[in-house]
Amino acid sequence: MPILFYIASLVAIVSTIMVITRYNPIHALLYLVVSFMAAALIFLSLGAPFIAALEVIVYAGAIIVLFIFVLMMLNVGSETAQQEKQWLQPKVWIGPSLLTLVLLVELGLLLLKGKAATMQVPEVLPRTVSVSLYREYIMAVELIGFLLMAGIVGAAHIGKHTKRHLHRYLQADGTSKKEVTEQTEIVVNEPTTIE
Amino acid sequence: MSLFNSQAVLLVAAVLFVLGLVGALTRKNLIFILISIEIMLNASGIAFIAAGSRWGQPDGQIMFLFILAMAASEVSVGLALVLQINHQHKTLDVEKLSALKDEIATEQDLASSDASNIPVATLYG
Repeated sequence: MPILFYIASLVAIVSTIMVITRYNPIHALLYLVVSFMAAALIFLSLGAPFIAALEVIVYAGAIIVLFIFVLMMLNVGSETAQQEKQWLQPKVWIGPSLLTLVLLVELGLLLLKGKAATMQVPEVLPRTVSVSLYREYIMAVELIGFLLMAGIVGAAHIGKHTKRHLHRYLQADGTSKKEVTEQTEIVVNEPTTIE
Repeated sequence: MSLFNSQAVLLVAAVLFVLGLVGALTRKNLIFILISIEIMLNASGIAFIAAGSRWGQPDGQIMFLFILAMAASEVSVGLALVLQINHQHKTLDVEKLSALKDEIATEQDLASSDASNIPVATLYG
């Protein structure tokens, strides 16, 4: 239904504008959920119900939850929003925005130059998708399995908090050296005080 | 079965992609840059779905599946990097993260870096 598509795309564009202009990261993430829901509705109106479900589950479910977990671990507060407000001055964003707007106008003119094909939208069922996925694209499925494995291992390795072991001469001001000598002095002095 | 204008779908995808691009270019916070990259990947997925449903073939949806898996692994590695950067540098400002940049050598540095001037003891402690 085209009217469904136009409403959903309007919601998607407005919520995406809200995402890139928010100061608080949590507010931006909430608008991003709305944007992904609108994208799921676009997919549904384009005859892709399987992808619409996956968009809600994976994008709006898993990826956003991952972002929210990390934001909670980073402990962002009101001072982060203040800093964002300080960074996002008009003289910062107006140059790139105008230039990319020029590129968008060029792209739109190129798209509108071709003749408008009114397309029939037949519904592509999940059965068709999965049969094609495991027949023609089986190699690509295995490759994407490798990619996910590499992503898991990389995230687990990078996210590990290890203490940095610097050589004692590379540590700042040789503070560790002084501490060690003080400790040995205390140990030496102890028996005399007991006596 | 419904009738669509094929250009409208591609225009929506282009507008969403450009919005993500503007976000990635103008923001300085690493979290916002990752969010903008997600927006751009989603917009390219919309274009793939539009092309797939234009011809009634499942290939566009399969490409979207691959984009989905790629985005998931990318965001997990990226957020692990964000956590590590915040742990080590105590900031998410991309302009502060310039540890790879070489410092500009002054004349004094060049004079003092002459190896014959420096005793071995100062080099190795």
